[in-house]
Formats: sequence, structure tokens, C-alpha cells
Amino acid sequence: MENFYREHILDHYRHPRNQGTLEDADISCERDNPVCGDVVRLDIRLSDGRVSEVRFSGHGCVISMASASILTEEILGKTVEELMTLQDEDVFRMLGITLGPVRAKCGLLPLRVLQRGLARLGET
Amino acid sequence: MNTQTGLDPLALRADFPVLAREVHGKPLAYLDNAASTQKPRVVIETLEKFYRVHYANIHRGVHTLSEEATAAYEEARDKVAAFINAPHRSGVIFTHNATEAINLVAYAWGRANVGPGDRIVVTEMEHHSNLVPWQLLAREVGAELAHVSVTDEGRLDLESLDRLLQGPVKLVAFTHVSNVLGTVNPAREITTRAHAAGARVLVDAAQSVPHLPVDVGALDCDFLAFSGHKMCGPTGIGVLYGRPELLEKMPPFLTGGGMISRVGRTEASWADLPWKFEAGTPAIAEAVGLGAAVDYLSAVGMEPVWAHEQELAAYTLERLEEAPGVRVVGPLARERSGVVAFTVASIHPHDLAQALDWEGVAIRAGLHCAQPLHERLGLEATARASFYLYNTRKEVDRLVEGIQKAQGWLAG
Repeated sequence: MENFYREHILDHYRHPRNQGTLEDADISCERDNPVCGDVVRLDIRLSDGRVSEVRFSGHGCVISMASASILTEEILGKTVEELMTLQDEDVFRMLGITLGPVRAKCGLLPLRVLQRGLARLGET
Repeated sequence: MNTQTGLDPLALRADFPVLAREVHGKPLAYLDNAASTQKPRVVIETLEKFYRVHYANIHRGVHTLSEEATAAYEEARDKVAAFINAPHRSGVIFTHNATEAINLVAYAWGRANVGPGDRIVVTEMEHHSNLVPWQLLAREVGAELAHVSVTDEGRLDLESLDRLLQGPVKLVAFTHVSNVLGTVNPAREITTRAHAAGARVLVDAAQSVPHLPVDVGALDCDFLAFSGHKMCGPTGIGVLYGRPELLEKMPPFLTGGGMISRVGRTEASWADLPWKFEAGTPAIAEAVGLGAAVDYLSAVGMEPVWAHEQELAAYTLERLEEAPGVRVVGPLARERSGVVAFTVASIHPHDLAQALDWEGVAIRAGLHCAQPLHERLGLEATARASFYLYNTRKEVDRLVEGIQKAQGWLAG
């Protein structure tokens, strides 16, 4: 139990970084997990092709919320091209735990939000 | 043996091999029976023996194995028919699960009988499997989909049903027992009112047939659907009961081998009931396994199973009501099934389920395939403990202790 909810994960859950929303963001995207009802929204502002500001909002379990909080720290300052290379393994590395196939959906929800937002950016 | 319920869960536990295993070093307390139930040894052995000794395709070969397999498959149908007191075996159709059974009705009956401007009535407490097929049908034919309201206590508002029945209602489709609230709906009463309004009735019995005595004649419903895996049977086998006179008039659902009587180059005619609705090679071994499950449940007795689950649910409500931060969803009265959904203050249900798993206690967390109901109740998600004949009061105690431990780990 203590292993799973590692201190840094609980810390991000209890003291989320970059929580909130941004007006007129360059990338705004929200998705939910239909199995458990978790919702994650990301607002990202870009300057010179880099993430200059990012906020997340939504509600969910420790894993999905901590993953969102950790992801915002990870992507701040990165270029759009760098964001596009983020993989599932990167999220598991940031979380520092192994997730089973069901719980992985919680941990990966914030990355899926980012990926959909990036795909929309490419369309416009 | 509990003299009040007539059922001894400790004796029955010995029939279920998986209940002897440990999870994270703790004895397994399996409290996720509304999702799926564990299998007694007799079902596992029936499957094994069927494949080892009798297996062949059915209704095709004239050789010994095919004769034996066909006889076993059709005998399973007779067992299921008797279990739900179906007046005739021709109204008992094997599907892959309750979802497919409901889709069969939506496609074959719905597209022939529901038209533009007609109304289909469901309820706010439906499982997605008894909602999405009707959404699609309504959209396709231009019908209206209306929902019977759920009260704050978690019961159907029958006055709202009566209002919806005034109009061109073709079908009322509702769940017999809610998979979230544990509410037992007044099925016979709803059926009577629906029939008086000229509507047909489909009962989603996925959470009732496994847990309480169900008599399709007494319910007077037109269609009834349930799954084998929620009643000690294998996965991949479900049942649609339909009134034979309705099934006769319906076009087929899936088509191909097994469901035809004669096939020419450009047209075909259909097999008799129930085979008209069983296209392709069916889940033969799984049907035989379901027959064994029905035998097992019948030997235990559905009255004792129901009494035991109600007793466990009442005990769970009692324990959870005194637990700080815990809020039970659904009726608080004793008249409810062995499904208890709840929330724990400041702990997401997923995290609670994870914490309980570390204590060997298996529960479900999330929306339980009932997203509109959660929205109606203003809940993001819930945790759910659901019982079966092998669960004990001691397991409920472990659930409550596990919640307290999770509060220590995660709250604050």
C-alpha cells in the first residue's frame, strides 16, 4: 500500500501543482474516463513554440490527479515537438510505479488529454 | 446453517475453489458479484468433462458425439426454462450475454415495431446495456426516448411512469434490480401499467435472476434478459426469454448457419424457435455449464440465496451507517438486493478500491456502467460492494475495517 501511494504521488495529490484554468489558452482539451468518471482538462499557453504556462483541472483518483500535476511540471518549457514524443512509459517513469492495465487508464488520462489537444493543434 | 435464511455460506464456500486463494497475503473477500460471480467446482468440472468426453458441434452431425452434445445443449435450455418458469422452451434463446439479448430485441423487434413519433420508455437507473441500444433505435427510426425518474431515495417514481405512458408508447424497458442502488423495482406493477397502455415490456434481469426467484409468467413480461456469468455460470452465455408469439413474428437478428430452414440461391427461410435466433455455432459448452450452474443454484434454493443476501445487505448498511465519512447510495430500507454502493468523504472510489485490494477485499469502483444515474444523483463515482451466496458477515467486517485503514492512509 505504502509502495503504491508513494509519498511524492500523495504530495502531488494533496498539493497539486499548476491547478486551475487559463483564459485564451493555445491548447485546451478535456477528456473523461467513462469507466470511473474521472475528468482531466489541460490549458496550455505557448510562447515561441514552447509551453510558457500550463494549468490542469478536473476531478479523479489519486493516480489520475497526481499524474496530471506531475505532467504539468514535466511539460513546462518544452517545445511542441518534445510534447509530441511523450509516451506512456514516460508517464510511468514520472509516477515511479507500475500500474496494471485497469489502473493504467487513470495514470494515462492526462497524457491522453495532452495528445488529443496536440492533435487538434495540428488540425488548425 | 443460519436458521432464518436457511443457508450456510461457510459450507457453500468450499464449493468455490477460487475462494481458497489469497490476495496480497490476505484471504480473498470477493465482494464484486454484481460485476461477475465466481464458479463452483461443479460448473468448472462440467465444462472440463464436456470438452473431454462429449464435445462436437450441435444440430449438424449424426454421429454419437454430436448427438450427445446436442442433447446436453438442449437439456441446458430446459433447465434454464424451468429456472425462470418459462411456459415453453421455444421462448428461451441462448445469446452471449444480457447485452446481446437486449440488442437482439432492439434490432429484430424494435426495427419492425417502433416507428417515427413512437415513444420508448426506459428509466434513469438503467445499466448502459439497457439504454444505449434504445438510444440507437430511437435515433434510427425517429422515436422518442423517455426516462422514468428516480427519486432522491433511489426508487422509481411511478407517477412519472404513468405520465410517460400517456402517449404512443411502444416499449417499456427497465431493470428489475438496480446494479448500483440495489433497488428492487415493482416489476409486475410496471408491467401491468405498461400493458394497459398498449406497450410491450422488456425486463433487464441481469441483477435479479442470479439472486432471487424469478417467474416470467408471474412477471407477465414480454422479454427478459440475463447473463450466465453473474449466476455461477461461464462467460459468453446469456439468455433472452421472449413470448413465443412475439418471437415468431420477429425477423431474425443475426443470420447464417444454424438459424435457417431452407436456403436457395437468393432467399432463405428461417428455422423454428428458438433456433431462429441462434445463428452460427453457439456457445455450446458454456450453455451446458450454465445448466450446471442452474442445477447448483436450484439445489441451494433461490429463496435462501435471496434471504442471505438481504441479510448481508442489511448488516452492511448497519455497519456503514455508523462509519464516519461513509454515505450509502440508494434505499436504506431492508427491501433491497445485496448491492451496496457508497462514497467515502475525500477518498476517490478508485483509491478506496485499491486500498481494499491490499487487504484482500475486492470491490468495484467507478460508474458501474450507469453514468446517467450517477449524474442524476450528483455523484462523480461510487464504490460498490455486492454479495452472493458465499459471502459472510466477517467479510463485511473486513470491508469496514479496510475503509477505516484507507481513511488513515489517504484522507487528510
